[in-house]
Amino acid sequence: MKVALLSLFAALVASSAWSDDALDARLKALENELRCLVCQNQTLADSNAPLAEDLRKEVRDLATGGKSDDEIRAYLVARYGDFVLYKPPVKSTTYVLWFGPFLLLATGVAAWWGLVHRRTRAAADSGAPGETAAAVRARELLDD
Amino acid sequence: MKVLRWSLPLAIFLVILGFLFVGLFRDPREVPSPLIGKPAPAFSLSQLHQPDRTLTTADMRGQVWLLNVWASWCVSCRVEHPLLVDLARANIVPVIGLAYKDKRDDGLGWLKANGDPYKLSIVDQDGRVGIDFGVYGVPETFVIDKAGIIRYKQIGPLTADALKQTILPLVRELQKS
Repeated sequence: MKVALLSLFAALVASSAWSDDALDARLKALENELRCLVCQNQTLADSNAPLAEDLRKEVRDLATGGKSDDEIRAYLVARYGDFVLYKPPVKSTTYVLWFGPFLLLATGVAAWWGLVHRRTRAAADSGAPGETAAAVRARELLDD
Repeated sequence: MKVLRWSLPLAIFLVILGFLFVGLFRDPREVPSPLIGKPAPAFSLSQLHQPDRTLTTADMRGQVWLLNVWASWCVSCRVEHPLLVDLARANIVPVIGLAYKDKRDDGLGWLKANGDPYKLSIVDQDGRVGIDFGVYGVPETFVIDKAGIIRYKQIGPLTADALKQTILPLVRELQKS
């Protein structure tokens, strides 16, 4: 009986410690993608600002109260705006932010491809493929 | 094609220049509040002068009012305070003071020393109501209309310009409607 109680107790302690670790890890991950509004280039996890402390406490309370990560994010966005998220949502006002770089990359690739294409065509026009301008000139001289 | 060779880089350069130029005059600390146009969060807070009495959002229904978030530990609050005192004297709009994360005695002492421009003062000791209002830098001032909708938020200390050009015209307009 004693052994059974003891092992039950041990199991309880272990499980509560485990769930605390899991919660800590979850909060840490969440706080790492939230911005502190006071020191704007720090995450909520890194910042020592009093507001960041309060918000970490708030986030923890919400999490232990059974709120999901998305619900917690929504809670903060409702108060501070999308700015609290280090990963901004994809919506019409952020299309340029999300897709602009890819558009620039595509434009660059197209320009590069066009340039290379034009150069090889110019080379092809001035003689047989693989022949340099000097070779063309030499052949012309020989033909004379 | 020849024209593109120099006009395209120039156009891109000018666009970037334009963005950077506009950026010079914008304050990255001013984060637009998502609460503008939304109902002011409901609160029920103990009054600064009479701890046993409370003030709720609903008590302010039917009038245009300003909510000024301040604290005795806040340095830039001293900068805007004379403007608030003047505003109170002009008796245009009631200002409710919210002592944010402040001790009651400190807040009372500060008001005694610097003048009390507030129709009523309330205390948000743990900063919970501050979070609901999206406060991240004291002082902040909210303009709230008769229906309890937040219409404007001043982040940082009030300035004579901001009062004269933005806040008071808005208050007058809201009072008419």
